Amino acid sequence: MLSYLSRRLLTMILTLLALSVVVFIVIQLPPGDFVTSYIASLSASGESVDQDTIIALRERYKLDAPVLVQYWAWLSEILVGNFGYSFEMQRPVSEIFSQRIGISLAVELTAVVVMWAVSIPIGIYSAVNQYSVGDYVATILGFLGLAIPNFLFALVLMYICYNWFGVTITGLFSPEYMNARWSLDRFLDFASHVWAPILVISTAGAAQLVRVLRANLLDELNKPYVLTARAKGLSRRRMIWRYPVRVAMNPLVSTIGWVLPTVISSSFVTAIVLNLPTLSPILLRALLSQDMYLAGALIMFMGLLTLVGTLISDLLLAWIDPRIRLGMVGAN
Amino acid sequence: MTLITPADSPEDRIGAVRDTPVGEVDPRIDHSHGTESQWQLIRRRFAKHRLAVISLWILGLFVFVAVFAGFVAPNDPGNVKARYTYAPPQALHFIDRSDEGWSFRPHVYGYKVEIEPEALRRTFVIDEEKKIYLTFFKRSWDYKLFGLIPTDIHLLGPEKTRDPFYLFGADRLGRDMFSRLVYGTQISLSVGLVGVIMSLVLGVIIGGAAGYFGGWFDAVTQRAIEFLRSLPTIPLWMGLAAAMPSDWSPLQTYFAITLILSFLGWTELARVVRGRFLALNGEDYVAAARYDGCSHLRVIVRHMVPAFTSHIITAASLAVPAMILAETALSFLGLGLQAPVISWGVLLQEAQNIRTLATAPWLLLPGAAIVIAVLAMNFIGDGLRDAADPYAK
Repeated sequence: MLSYLSRRLLTMILTLLALSVVVFIVIQLPPGDFVTSYIASLSASGESVDQDTIIALRERYKLDAPVLVQYWAWLSEILVGNFGYSFEMQRPVSEIFSQRIGISLAVELTAVVVMWAVSIPIGIYSAVNQYSVGDYVATILGFLGLAIPNFLFALVLMYICYNWFGVTITGLFSPEYMNARWSLDRFLDFASHVWAPILVISTAGAAQLVRVLRANLLDELNKPYVLTARAKGLSRRRMIWRYPVRVAMNPLVSTIGWVLPTVISSSFVTAIVLNLPTLSPILLRALLSQDMYLAGALIMFMGLLTLVGTLISDLLLAWIDPRIRLGMVGAN
Repeated sequence: MTLITPADSPEDRIGAVRDTPVGEVDPRIDHSHGTESQWQLIRRRFAKHRLAVISLWILGLFVFVAVFAGFVAPNDPGNVKARYTYAPPQALHFIDRSDEGWSFRPHVYGYKVEIEPEALRRTFVIDEEKKIYLTFFKRSWDYKLFGLIPTDIHLLGPEKTRDPFYLFGADRLGRDMFSRLVYGTQISLSVGLVGVIMSLVLGVIIGGAAGYFGGWFDAVTQRAIEFLRSLPTIPLWMGLAAAMPSDWSPLQTYFAITLILSFLGWTELARVVRGRFLALNGEDYVAAARYDGCSHLRVIVRHMVPAFTSHIITAASLAVPAMILAETALSFLGLGLQAPVISWGVLLQEAQNIRTLATAPWLLLPGAAIVIAVLAMNFIGDGLRDAADPYAK
């Protein structure tokens, strides 16, 4: 297990490095560099530009040095927790981060939990009762979940709630709780708002999970050991839960690898449509105004989140399945 | 036919040999079986997937609309008519009931403007007194068919060109949503198609080389694919899209967006191609071709590619809807295609806030087009996947 863990950690660090290269390229793509943009934004807001500050900044980020040196300067700043400065919001990136990261994580994690909690029973039901009415309903809903883009679902939900029930479902807090401290009332208010984004974010992933679980379980149900267990007098319900479901869940655990990128991608679009106070609207604003340090840090962070999730899923899988732990088969 | 073709079972063959003189064909043997080509088998298998066949017709309709956009659209999609801001959709009627009896005359009802007493807001009401008659093959605004042939014939249009004709309602500037949707179909479908062709080229070359040669190249590409697949796609796409210079022409943006989409979309195709190559590499006929002294290129193109073309087509057909969804999301957020260009995502951008939606819910209609197109493509992909290997049970 230890050697597996160290191997996995090493891959993750290498992947992070690769990600940092990609993000650095994205930061470098727009014409001009950080400081020229900074000067432009300062003079646009009518402030004078201090020559010494500019020289200090250029020196700090080594902007006149070759690209590789610049990359290293940026990376080493990140490693000590300095993500750069957002010239559009006039604040350090890490400050913006710490304000919104809690809500972001809360929404995304809840969505993942809901997605699994909903899709596992549905998947088992539609495999066990193949071609029943419930199975067809689940299949149709699944196809719809795959075909409706998140932002469209959010828009339609917004329209239905507003037009039929007179409720606006944007935001996560009512105005009076917006800046309040956490209390039971604030939490209840949060809970009464958070269902909409959770519903939107979890549908697409849940649809896929149901399909995967249904297919896996159908494969297992046709195997001879199922017949043996039944022949030996085990009740249908106990037999299904004890053997085929456990085997069918195995590949499902490894899907966390793509579930997380999906959830983060879809929570991104949903948060923008529903105007949630998460990191996503900030990233959109940063991208639209080409505030690349902020955008780069955010993309980097979302990538990190995904990689950590994948790591957890791999460890979980290795814990469940000794073949993977011993390096006999890949985690696919 | 003078040759005896082997029939299905040995008994049949023995019977045929015993009963008929040499050189003649036994009429009892059904020769239509076992002589079909692979593609005939695939077509037959595909036809069994009812939903996929229906979807193919629906997609065909979409493609027709996209190709003949100018002909189908009754109004110029960019034509601003401030008088008809947020005019609601008109229902199309075919049978005209007048004093002289019933007749086939397609028409829509005109609008009456009413002013709400409290909000002092202008609202449109369908006026059943005012009938706007429509004619087929109406000559009105100029366009170029296929971008080449200048013409002004349209499938359907009001008899008097100035009359309002809004099948799907009007938008903020009084532009016809139906015509805009028709033109959006052109762009959105082509983004999906061009994007998939680009990622197909990347995927086939990279995945093919990895599967055929193996070794370090395979190891490197595998890691690269794993890396790309572990990233949340939308933020990364957006990062790349946002880095585009804002002064690019619509055409440049269009190609840049498609390139970005295919740059991250080739991995799945490469994975499929690599898998097929690995599976085929062990086949005897491939080894035989190699021992015969065929060049790498000839082994691949002549002997391996025909064996998995159907699998590649399947993977590609499942990749198109993903591309379309990605383009729509990017354009919706304002990072993809920009306003003078009409795509489904650009159209939905108009429907972003709740107040607009409450006044003009028909602005969500492009969303219906997306869902129908994506569903149809998914079903077709499903049908193709079942049909791709017609020799399986």
